[in-house]
Amino acid sequence: METATINNNFKSEEYFINMGPQHPATHGVLRLLLTIDGEIIKKVEPDLGYIHRSIEKMCERDSYQQIVHLTDRMDYLSSHINNEAVCLAVENALEIEVPERVKVIRTIIDELTRISSHTLWWGVMGMDVGALTSYFYGFRDRELINDIFEETCGARLTMNYNIPGGLMQDIHPNFIKRVKEFIAHFKTKLPEYDKLLTGNIIFQKRTKGVGVLSKEDAIAYGASGPVARGSGYSCDVRKYHPYSALDKVTFNEALHTEGDSYARYLVRIQEMWESISIIEQLIDNIPEGDFKVATKAVIKLPKGEYYQKVETARGELGVYIISTGGKNPHRMKFRSPGLSNLSLLNHITVGGKIGDLVATMATIDIVVPDIDR
Amino acid sequence: MTNQELQELITTWFSGPESVHLEFTEEGSQFLNLSIDPEYLHELMSWLKTNNKTSFDYLFCLTGVDWGKELGVVYHLESTKHRHILVVKVQTSDRENPVFDSVQDIWPTANFHEREVFDLFGIKFKGHPNLKRLFLSEDWEGFPLRKDYVDEVNMVVK
Repeated sequence: METATINNNFKSEEYFINMGPQHPATHGVLRLLLTIDGEIIKKVEPDLGYIHRSIEKMCERDSYQQIVHLTDRMDYLSSHINNEAVCLAVENALEIEVPERVKVIRTIIDELTRISSHTLWWGVMGMDVGALTSYFYGFRDRELINDIFEETCGARLTMNYNIPGGLMQDIHPNFIKRVKEFIAHFKTKLPEYDKLLTGNIIFQKRTKGVGVLSKEDAIAYGASGPVARGSGYSCDVRKYHPYSALDKVTFNEALHTEGDSYARYLVRIQEMWESISIIEQLIDNIPEGDFKVATKAVIKLPKGEYYQKVETARGELGVYIISTGGKNPHRMKFRSPGLSNLSLLNHITVGGKIGDLVATMATIDIVVPDIDR
Repeated sequence: MTNQELQELITTWFSGPESVHLEFTEEGSQFLNLSIDPEYLHELMSWLKTNNKTSFDYLFCLTGVDWGKELGVVYHLESTKHRHILVVKVQTSDRENPVFDSVQDIWPTANFHEREVFDLFGIKFKGHPNLKRLFLSEDWEGFPLRKDYVDEVNMVVK
């Protein structure tokens, strides 16, 4: 350890400090044990479990229909996508082909969910580095999406709109009109985001070159989603393992190679544009048909193992079901994007300052219930 | 590589595939599954990562499983170069002191995931630098995701 001596009276030494579990920048109940020397970070050790509910254990006693409802309590900002992951796994296991209408509606709501999650992230990201205005901008636009969800799904956050076999009910008659209105509105607002933060010199100085993650490390640490794509690792599940209506649309995978906080920021901004494009391609082409296919009241999956990947707003969510043929899974594992993304935090923040840790954590975009499950 | 090619290549790595209990199956799964004697796990994993033809550099899922009698770990591997997927499985019937080799030196992401498995299943990982509970408190008794775990206070039994 380096010891700087000033007048022989003062010397620097390492000490511990708690960040969280109630720190506003940890976005939930995450506790970080920091070892610091002055303002320089020597070690970051996350202490998890403050919101652990053992969803995986609960799944072992629940029916597959019930399990769907537990999953939107993981990454609550991607609740619709989480629900879809379980439904897809169950449908694949039962070899159910859902109607085209269901696939298109699911993908539209997926992308709305992604925009909703990214606008919230964008607002909070600005706030974390000291720009409060972005917070209000982000929440203003997110409200409109929540209104659409409320009308069609009946809930604003934990939507529970997916069921194995299709959707809970058909879309609201206003749905298409409202989505189009939102897209038209949001296309004028997204450039404001760039004006406010992206081109802002203070913001750039806080994020450029901060928390640099190399492509090799992104892969080795199991990173996924915008965190991995900010480091140039092409990993979009929507591209490599398309599901629902994603094979019908064209979009670009947002990729940046710098690997710093600013690159991760740019990836998310670009993803919002891509999501808009996906919605525009689908919204006028929702096929007619049923909104679900009938499934048995008691779903039993054939003996075997099923794995379904989806791309949530945070990265790759994996649903791994081991079935022994009964009405409950023998083992249900959720591969959460957040836990892997968090595991690289120590690696990319050591040597930096505490203020940079806040900026880096904001661009990793963790949701604690997704990590704890 | 196709599953068939992967299977043939991996088999050639071991002089006696039967002696290390190397078994392949695609039954009841969309991926190629491989199970091996835990003693040879680390050796196999290093090869899977470093061999140019396999180069499984992305460990995307690490799962603990209680099979009733045995405890096991399932590793889902993907190659970012070749984009093929392989599932590696190990299991042990020693429920008192289950130990597998840690693979966190091969894939750093395993560090947290092995701690999670240790926390919830009580499976130990030899060579892990920081093997302690990830979610539950240090003084928690028992391992909740085991099938024989009983907790009358915190668990609702239907």
